[in-house]
Amino acid sequence: MDFLRPGSWEEALAAKAEHPTAVPIAGGTDVMVEINFDHRRPEYLLDLNRVDDLREWEVGEETVRLGASVPYTQIMENLRAELPGLALASHTVASPQIRNRGGVGGNLGTASPAGDAHPALLASGGEVEAESVRGRRMIPIDAFYLGVKRNALEPDELIRAVHLPKADGPQQFSKVGTRNAMVIAVCAFGLALHPRTRTVRTGIGSAAPTPVRAKAAEEFLTAALEEGGFWESGRPIPPSVAKQFAELATGACNPIDDVRGSAKYRRHAVGIMARRTLGWTWESYRGNERSDRCA
Amino acid sequence: MRVKFTVNGREQQADDVWEGESLLYVLRERMGLPGSKNACEQGECGSCTVRLDGVPVCSCLVAAGQVEGREVVTVEGLADYAEQRAQHGGCATGACGSAGTSVDAAQRWQAKPAGADGQVRLSPVQQAFIDAGAVQCGFCTPGLLVAADELLERNAQPSDADIREALSGNLCRCTGYEKILDAVRLAAARGDAQTTGTGA
Repeated sequence: MDFLRPGSWEEALAAKAEHPTAVPIAGGTDVMVEINFDHRRPEYLLDLNRVDDLREWEVGEETVRLGASVPYTQIMENLRAELPGLALASHTVASPQIRNRGGVGGNLGTASPAGDAHPALLASGGEVEAESVRGRRMIPIDAFYLGVKRNALEPDELIRAVHLPKADGPQQFSKVGTRNAMVIAVCAFGLALHPRTRTVRTGIGSAAPTPVRAKAAEEFLTAALEEGGFWESGRPIPPSVAKQFAELATGACNPIDDVRGSAKYRRHAVGIMARRTLGWTWESYRGNERSDRCA
Repeated sequence: MRVKFTVNGREQQADDVWEGESLLYVLRERMGLPGSKNACEQGECGSCTVRLDGVPVCSCLVAAGQVEGREVVTVEGLADYAEQRAQHGGCATGACGSAGTSVDAAQRWQAKPAGADGQVRLSPVQQAFIDAGAVQCGFCTPGLLVAADELLERNAQPSDADIREALSGNLCRCTGYEKILDAVRLAAARGDAQTTGTGA
């Protein structure tokens, strides 16, 4: 094994171009487990800890550019207003020790369907900034997950950042596990209301081979909110609409039975989380609407 | 490969380090500092918790090569770290001229009360663990001490929820959590006024 220690992003890209099999390591919370258990013996480890700008974020007019290695702890503490769904999801990642090291770039690189960031990223929408010595490209998050632990990166590419729209409405994240900390999701659900475009987006974790959106549920709810004039009126969502939304979310799952839970349980739980997160976000939207009117 | 980094305030160097080796392995097997415990090797249990540039991390998940030039504090250096912090108003990294804890001294460190010479020093949180009876088999204790000390450094008066959150990455299989929570509350109540204990 060789340990590559690029001191800059350009050096990192050059190293990855020269050694496309090199495994990038940042927080190490996935990679080191595989090495410790002898599940993986990469020829090259490419340490990204020395590339400082991977740990930086910029809040722009419309979007947040979040460096790939910004630890979850920093997201929780600094980006709760701009990226509320991702901040909530970050808070459910493992433990303080892991959140101090791990970041979104690692979740994307590993592309496990159980990665906690994925439902929030899918619900928010956004792009992954991937780069190689050949150039830079922006991969829409919807096109990033290709299969179980497979993503859209080319062998010579590294993830530099994710670009996420600043929240324009309430976002929620819900996760099922046996306890609060140190838990891999049995399944998870992210929901974002986008009042500006009068749309909703969702993300489902751990209930299909890849993180997925519940597109039929999104389309149904977007249409129901529009037709009923709910965005303007801020009226409560009828239980029948919430129920239908939950059923369509369940329908978007394609889960397996495993040690953490059965496929049947996962489908059921995703429906429940869809209904609950809809209730939470809509109540928050209505609350904000009311206070806006008062102001 | 060779890795040079600061351990408990003093520059150290490890040679012939395997590229896939963890920081935990380097500390335990190459530097003879077995205070950080090796249990799950997958970041689940927190028994290997150390400070890396001040931040609590699982040393089993840090590649040795990643700590080149950085600062690590282990449980063996905790008493000195806490004392420096109390004396220098927060600077406990060794960067402000503290002598640190030598590997020799750290290797000789024993978890027993001071003898007549009063040489064994404890950090407030270590003393509180003893006084509250928070140690059963002791395997989880070093990781809990490092995590609890860091909590009290950034939040001198933590709520019970804060304590639970800060220690949520540290497992105790003796099920001794109640006494552990008592110990952290005790250390917080005593505050930094009492900087260093001298054993029970």
